[in-house]
Amino acid sequence: MKPNLLKLACVFGLAASTALNALPAAAKEEFKVGIVTFLSGPAAGPFGVPGHQGAELVIEAINAGELPAPYNTPGFAGARLAPIFVDEAGGNTKQVAEYRNLVQKQGVDAVIGYISSGSCLSVAPVAEELKTLTIIPVCGSPRLFEEGGKEYVFRTTGHAVGDGVAAALYVRDKFGDAPAYTGINQNYAWGQDSYKFFDLAMETINPDTKASDNPQFPKLFAGQFGTEISTLSLDKAPLVHSSFWDGDMEAFVLQANVRGFFRQKTFISTLGASAVDRLGKGFPEGVVIGTRGEYGLLVRDMDSPLNRWFVDHYKEKYGEYPLGPSYQYAQSILALKIAMDKAAEAVGGFPGQAQIIDALTGLEWDSFGGRISMTLGGGHQAVHPVGYGITGWNKDSGEPVATDVVFYPANCIMPPEGQTGIEWLEAGMPGASC
Amino acid sequence: MQLLFTILLDGLVYASYLFIVAAGLTIIFGVMKILNVAHGGFYAWGAYTAAYFIGSASEMGFPDWFGFLIIAGSALAVGIVLGLLIERIVLRRLYDHEEILIVLATFGVFLILEDLILLIFGVNPYFAYQPMVALGSVEVGGIFRDVYSLTLFGVALSVAAGSWWMLTRTRWGKLITAVIHDREMALIVGINVRRLFVVTFCAGAVLGALGGAYIAPTVSVAPGFAVDVIVLSFAVVVIGGMGSIPGALIGALLVGLLRALAVHKLPELELFVIFLVMSAVLIVRPEGLFAPAKARKI
Amino acid sequence: MHKAILSDKTVRLTAFALLALAAAGLMLPAWVVNNMMFGLARGAAVLGLLVLWRTGLMSFGHGLYFGLGAYAVALSEQWLGLSDFALRIIIAMLAAVIAGFALGFILRRYRDIFFAMLSLAFSMVLYGILVKTEALGSTDGFSVSQTTFLGWAPEGKQVLFTAIIAVCLTLAVLVQMYLRSTLGRLTTAIRDNEIRVEYLGYSVSQAIHIKYVISAALAGAAGGMMAMALGQVDPDSMVYWTVSGELVFITIMAGPGSVLAPFIGAIIFEFLRTYAFEIAPHAWQLIVGGTLLLIIFFLPGGIWSLLERIPLIRRLRHD
Repeated sequence: MKPNLLKLACVFGLAASTALNALPAAAKEEFKVGIVTFLSGPAAGPFGVPGHQGAELVIEAINAGELPAPYNTPGFAGARLAPIFVDEAGGNTKQVAEYRNLVQKQGVDAVIGYISSGSCLSVAPVAEELKTLTIIPVCGSPRLFEEGGKEYVFRTTGHAVGDGVAAALYVRDKFGDAPAYTGINQNYAWGQDSYKFFDLAMETINPDTKASDNPQFPKLFAGQFGTEISTLSLDKAPLVHSSFWDGDMEAFVLQANVRGFFRQKTFISTLGASAVDRLGKGFPEGVVIGTRGEYGLLVRDMDSPLNRWFVDHYKEKYGEYPLGPSYQYAQSILALKIAMDKAAEAVGGFPGQAQIIDALTGLEWDSFGGRISMTLGGGHQAVHPVGYGITGWNKDSGEPVATDVVFYPANCIMPPEGQTGIEWLEAGMPGASC
Repeated sequence: MQLLFTILLDGLVYASYLFIVAAGLTIIFGVMKILNVAHGGFYAWGAYTAAYFIGSASEMGFPDWFGFLIIAGSALAVGIVLGLLIERIVLRRLYDHEEILIVLATFGVFLILEDLILLIFGVNPYFAYQPMVALGSVEVGGIFRDVYSLTLFGVALSVAAGSWWMLTRTRWGKLITAVIHDREMALIVGINVRRLFVVTFCAGAVLGALGGAYIAPTVSVAPGFAVDVIVLSFAVVVIGGMGSIPGALIGALLVGLLRALAVHKLPELELFVIFLVMSAVLIVRPEGLFAPAKARKI
Repeated sequence: MHKAILSDKTVRLTAFALLALAAAGLMLPAWVVNNMMFGLARGAAVLGLLVLWRTGLMSFGHGLYFGLGAYAVALSEQWLGLSDFALRIIIAMLAAVIAGFALGFILRRYRDIFFAMLSLAFSMVLYGILVKTEALGSTDGFSVSQTTFLGWAPEGKQVLFTAIIAVCLTLAVLVQMYLRSTLGRLTTAIRDNEIRVEYLGYSVSQAIHIKYVISAALAGAAGGMMAMALGQVDPDSMVYWTVSGELVFITIMAGPGSVLAPFIGAIIFEFLRTYAFEIAPHAWQLIVGGTLLLIIFFLPGGIWSLLERIPLIRRLRHD
């Protein structure tokens, strides 16, 4: 009789926690989180799989209480995190349907995920509708919080405005005398926005460098860029901006490299660092690359206990270095842990969703690569420094390296609260302190 | 002038690639009257097999030119094995069904081939750039081009010449022409149509796999990268006239050049222009520009 | 006429099945309701294909109308702020009917594989436009806000579910009426022998044109309902050739036997896909593709022919 009663109590507890999530819920042993990354398709290798591995590594470590101090308490507010991994491939519409499945069918307590800005923009309204805590680790479109405040959606990484401004600053510092620039970006929100932000930032930061009138926007996942490479080669501009990121980035590098493209042009890749490790010797030297923050290749040698732990354990477990997305996924898991622990302390019991959201809002924490502050979007949007480096090859270790790494602080590259990225950039970036 | 030359060259490279893929599709349609959606599967399998073996050969220290042997070998192996299997297991049961049902069945086969790739090769993309890197680059018309993609001309021309020779100069070709013109009559005069079908299907499959295998060194070979290829090669085949090799050549040239023009001058039109041409051709000449002559049945 | 419809057994069965579903919707978990809505919406488009298929025509480009309907809903919200259910359905159907009527003049001249290919080409033109135009949402598409009913914005999806059922029921009854009319009965006759139909004094191309517009309208309504049920539209999930292929797939899977079949087939497809995706994320296409082959091989009448083994349903045949 007793076990049945217990079961009944659990069922009631669960029902209560969903119905009345404003109140602290009964202590839980398991916290169920849907984790969405690309598990197939051209974005899986450079982004989805590293993200998946980063999440997996940190979840296991936290469940076992093996992260370095101060995060060495086991579990998430004491509960074990049970991940359900879901594939992000298949288009926005499928993601919306899958998100509903996760929440309504699988009954997850929270969702962490979304790499493509297409999927995160389409899932965010559904997250609000279903009132489910959703932490977005990678997706970079600023539209996420510019199109109306969000109650249940958080993003633990910076957005494309910061990437664009930092790229323009890096150009000023390293290639200030370049006469012109052009770009090749994928034809969807991410690519179009990324180029727009870089373009506007260049107007303010490097007014003497002119924009080309023929930037390229091939279809996402097009795979073949022969004609586009010819167009860019014919263009006189020596700087080429690109926000390519998935299999497209790798295919483009292979195809352009053979044609000597990178010897003639300075290629500025805002998040192409994933391809550097994956292509190894096949990746050209002298390319400007970013990781959208203090992640991946740019911080590989940074000597903080958290970073050392992450790089070493990741390398040991998966036989490769953690890439940008590995950091970003690990970081959002860590954010959830910190918020849940903080909320648990505040309520003196297992926190409900509302308390976790309260704790996460405006949170600041030391992450694996550096310090993250949730200061924009009403405390839902993270800011952090963004930097760039230049690819090189370390002959001794037989590994790619980044040289000339410069990070630009958050208050110089991100728009202030209440202003959209476009407004801020068009106004000439008022208040930026660089 | 330089721009015009660049557009021409880009267009020709793309056209060669399209032609290699579309030739197999059109041969199968011409002889068997089957619009083979699974062609995309042959393409993907060719690419994966080639990429996999080029990668391992490079690790084992084989010279880079070895990659070309692997490409040819993969295309042959994939085409013949998959062609035989699919013809035997699926198509043979369906020859007297409606065309639409057969198209749909090949769609089912395509879905299955796609997932078999995921199960066998995994989700991580493959790189096989060694043959492309080995050939290096040359300066043509003021910009650098990789020699590898220029060799596509050669492959496309060989495919065109080879199939022309096969169709017009060999006994097999004569039999095939007979079947294309009138299947029933061919049966009556004692041609083994079934065997001809098997050979044709495998030949088409080899060409599809060759398209994939040859393009593999220039791209990251990832799951789902064949889906676009199917409609593109459909467009080429429909424009040229389904079942006609010269038609596929003209269709590929038209699509390749127009796309290159669009990318250079009006990038917004890139995707749209191909299907606009396809619609226009279908409206004006539903059989395509170069449909093979049909015997009139009385 | 009125009476004839009410005594039509297929109509009665359809009404009964869908009303039972509406009632069940009150008790079903939210995710089941969602899948049902997707299934019903897709079912309406499949019904459109069934109208064509009865004449031996198959469109490999119905994603065109499905997408037009979905984008009509999304764009009317973006541009005009429309969110009312009835208006959304009307706009979706209107967009599809206008396009279908115009293209019908061209398509009615074609048969067989050419009909299929030309439809595919048209749908890919729309796809190309959508993907390349930033104002139309490009590859990302749009989110579609919650649907309202005469100004009322109900919590949850039950009301939308019931409304979608009502639309599907209306469409199914109208199609059944059409199929039983003289014009509809020409359907099979055209399939058998076009020349004979012409000799009887009917215009085959006109009959096909009407059929095509009807089928476009159904696919448009379907796209509109899908957009509302999902809250998201984008070219890859609404217009791309694989979407059209899926619709054809469900048509064959469901079987041409009855106006109820498309809905049953589409709902089964939706659950097949959900479970296949959950159990075997890397093999769900394999499961779906395999099912398709098995049905083509062993069940030429589709799932409906299995249901017809049930005596109650078998009697419909002689209706």
